[in-house]
Amino acid sequence: MSERIRLALIGLAVLVAVTLMGLAALLSSRPLEAFAFSVFAGALVTSALAIVLTRDIVRSAMWLMGALSSAAGLYFLLGANFLGVVQLIVYAGGILVLIVFGVMLTGRSPFLRFDPRPAETALAALVGVLLFAAFSAVLLGSAWPPLPGAVPVRQAATVREIGRALLTDYLLPFEVVSVLLLAVMIGAAYLARPVRR
Amino acid sequence: MYDVGLAHYLLVSTLVFAAGVATMTLKRNAIGVLIGVELVLNAASINFVAFGHYRAGGLDGQIAAVFVIVLAAAEAAVALAIFLNFYALHATVDVDRGDNLKG
Amino acid sequence: MADVYVPWPQPRAKEFRGPSRAAARAAVSAYRAGAPWVRKHPALVFFALLAGGCLAAWGVQFLCQEYVRVEQRLLLTARAQPGQWLTLEQLAAGAVEVRAAVPAVLLYPLQMLVVRDALGLLGIITFVSILAMFAIWLERKVAGWIQSRIGPMRVGGWHGWSQSLADGIKLIAKEDLIPAGADRMLYRLAPYINFVPALMGFVALPFGVYWVFRNLDVGLLFILAMLGLEVIGVLLAGWASNNKWSVFGALREAAQVVAYEIPMGMSLLIPIMVAGTLQLTGEDSVMARQAGGWFNWLAWHSPWTFVAMFTYFIASLAACKRAPFDLPEAESELVAGFHTEYSGFRWSLFFFAEYAAMFIVSGILVLLFLGGWDAPWVGLAPAAWGEPHAPLGAQLLYGVIFSGPFWFILKAMLLVYLQMWLRWTLPRLRIDQVLFSCVQVILPLTMIVLLASVFWELALGSSAAFRVFSQVVSFVLALVGAVIAVAIVLVALAGLRQRRALVGTMGVERPLPGG
Repeated sequence: MSERIRLALIGLAVLVAVTLMGLAALLSSRPLEAFAFSVFAGALVTSALAIVLTRDIVRSAMWLMGALSSAAGLYFLLGANFLGVVQLIVYAGGILVLIVFGVMLTGRSPFLRFDPRPAETALAALVGVLLFAAFSAVLLGSAWPPLPGAVPVRQAATVREIGRALLTDYLLPFEVVSVLLLAVMIGAAYLARPVRR
Repeated sequence: MYDVGLAHYLLVSTLVFAAGVATMTLKRNAIGVLIGVELVLNAASINFVAFGHYRAGGLDGQIAAVFVIVLAAAEAAVALAIFLNFYALHATVDVDRGDNLKG
Repeated sequence: MADVYVPWPQPRAKEFRGPSRAAARAAVSAYRAGAPWVRKHPALVFFALLAGGCLAAWGVQFLCQEYVRVEQRLLLTARAQPGQWLTLEQLAAGAVEVRAAVPAVLLYPLQMLVVRDALGLLGIITFVSILAMFAIWLERKVAGWIQSRIGPMRVGGWHGWSQSLADGIKLIAKEDLIPAGADRMLYRLAPYINFVPALMGFVALPFGVYWVFRNLDVGLLFILAMLGLEVIGVLLAGWASNNKWSVFGALREAAQVVAYEIPMGMSLLIPIMVAGTLQLTGEDSVMARQAGGWFNWLAWHSPWTFVAMFTYFIASLAACKRAPFDLPEAESELVAGFHTEYSGFRWSLFFFAEYAAMFIVSGILVLLFLGGWDAPWVGLAPAAWGEPHAPLGAQLLYGVIFSGPFWFILKAMLLVYLQMWLRWTLPRLRIDQVLFSCVQVILPLTMIVLLASVFWELALGSSAAFRVFSQVVSFVLALVGAVIAVAIVLVALAGLRQRRALVGTMGVERPLPGG
C-alpha cells in the first residue's frame, strides 16, 4: 500500500507543479511559450538533479533520457527543430542505448558496490553548489543585449538552410568532424576487438 | 509579469552544468561519470542555441550544437569501448580501481 | 464451495465500487442490448461500425479544415488579427464568403487551438487502438490460414471480428504481477516508454494532404527519432524484470536496433535526396514530388531507389522486431524475451506499440516510395474534385477512388500484411546471422546504392541524353513493379482461397472436413 501512496504523491506533486506553471504562464505575454518553457525546464532540472541523487546506475540512465528529451523540447522552443530531432535520434536513440548496453554488460554483481564515501558526497555537493552560485551570480549580474550585427531571429531555420551552411560556411569543421568520426570508428572497433590470448 | 528570455535558458543550463560536474565527482561507476559528461555537454549546447536565438541570430549556435552532439556520440563510443576493456581486466568499472599503470 | 480443492488461501475477489461499478454496469447493459443485433447480423454490424468510424473521422477533419479556411480568409482581408478571438458574426461573414458547407456555430468552438489539438490527439489514439486490435485479429487469422487452421471464429460472429476486444477486456481484468527483486518503478514505467513514442510517431505521420496533426519541416526525422526512442522501453523492460531471459532479449534488441538503424536511415536518404526535402506533405514535400500517379512514384525513379525500397523494408522488419528478426522475444529460446514477466494491461501495451510501429514503418515506405495517399490512377481524376471547395459528392468520390487517407491506410495495411506473411513463413535467424547480414551485407549494399544514386542524380542534371535513358529505365522499372505488386496480391488471394487445404507432405486432395 505504501508504494501506491508514494505513486499517488508523485502524481499529486506533478499535478500541482504543472498547475502552478500554468498559472504563472498566464502572467506572461505569450502564455503558451512560457508554459512550455517551464514544463521542459522543470523536467530538465528535475532529471539533472535526480541523476546526481540516484544510486542505481540504470535509473540514472533513465533520468538522463528525461533530461535529453526535455533539452530537445527546449531546442524546439528555440526554433531549432532540426537540432531537437537530431538530439532525439543521436542522443536518446543512440548514445543512451549504448550507455544502457554498457551497464548491462558490466553491471549488477552482488560484489560491486559503488556507494560514495561521505567525504566524496560532501565534495560533490560543494563543487556543484559553488559552480552554480558562481555562474548564476555572473549571468544574473550582466545584461545580454542582441549583438549589433545580428541577423534577425528566424522562427524556424529549415533543414535546407542548415545543410547549405554546413557545406559552405562550416565546410572545414564539417570535414574535420567527419575525419574524427572515422578515427573514432576505427579506434572503437580496435578497442572492442576480441582479445587473443 | 515574466517573459521567457535568454537569462532563463542560461540559468537552466547552469544548473544542468553544475549537476553534471557534481555527477562526475560523485559517481564511482565509470558509466555514471559518462552520464555526467553528457549532462555537461547538453548544458553547453543549450547555451549555444539560446545565445544563437536571442543574441547572435542566424545559424551559428545551432551548428555549434550539432557539432557538440556529434562529438558526444564519438566520445561515448570510445569511452564505452574503453570501459568494456577495463571491465575485462578488472572485473569492475569502478574508476577508483584504475590506479595501476600496467593492467 | 467446500468440496472444491483450494491449494492455498485465496484472496476475496475484488468488487467494483463507485464510478467503476457504474461503468461496468453500463458496459454490461450495452452488451446485453447490442448482443442480439451482433448475433443476427455480425458482418453488417462490423461494416456499419467501420463506415461510421470513417465518416465520423472525416466529419471532424472536415470541420477543422473549414474553420482554417474561414480564418485564413478573415486574416487575408485584414478583418482579424492573428491570435484574436473571433465573434460569431465575423465567422458567419467569413463562412458565407468562402462558401463553407457548415454553419458558423459549429466553427465557433474550433478557434481554440487546444480544442483542435485535443480532437486530433483523440483521433490518433482512437486510430492506434483500432489499428492494433484489427492487426492482432488479422495476425491471428493470417497465422491460422498459413498453418491450415481457421483462427478465431466465435467472438462477434463474422470470422471472430471482435476477438481482440474480448482479449482486451480479459487483459485489463488480469492480475498485474511484478516479480520479486524487480525494480518496481522501472518495471511499471517501461511499457509506457515503449508505447508513448509509438503514439508520438503518428503526430508527424500524414494520412492525406490535410490529414496530419503537425506538418513538421523535419517530419521524417521526427518519426525516425520516435522509432528509435521505443527501444529504450524494451531495454528497460528487460532489465527491470530481474530475469535473465528478459535481459538477453533486451541486449539483443539493443544490438539489433542500433545496427539496423543505419541501413534504414541510409535507404531513406535516397528518396529524400531525389525529392530534396524532409517534409512529408505540403507545397514542397516528398508527396508533391510524386503527384500524378504510378509512373511518378519514387520507387521507380531510378534502379537505386528501387533497391533502396527493398533494403528499407528489410531494415524496417528488424527495427520493429518482426520475424525473421524477432530475436528479442524469441519464444523458443527466451520464453518471451523482454516481456516474459509482464501480464495484463502492461503486456498489451507492448503489443499496441509493436503494431503501431509496424504501421508507421509501412507508412514511411508508402510515403517515400509508393506514392502515399494517391491511387495508381490518380492522374485520371478531374483536378477540381480534390479542391476543398468542391461539392461534397465529388470530394467523396475523389477520396474513395483517387486519393485520400483510405488509400494510404490500404497500402500501409498491405505492407503490414506482407510483414505478417513473412513472419509466419520464414524461420528465425540467429543473433550472429542478424548482425552479419546487417553489417556485412545490407550496410555495404545501401552505401553502394547511395553513392550510385548520387552520381545518377548528378548525371540527370547535366545530360539530356541521360535523362531520356533514365526515363526509359524508370518506365521499365514501373512495369516490373506493377508485375511484382500484382503477383503479390494474386498469390495472397490464391492462398486465401486455398486456406483450408493442407500443404506440403501433409497435403491431401480434398479440403478438410467441414470446409
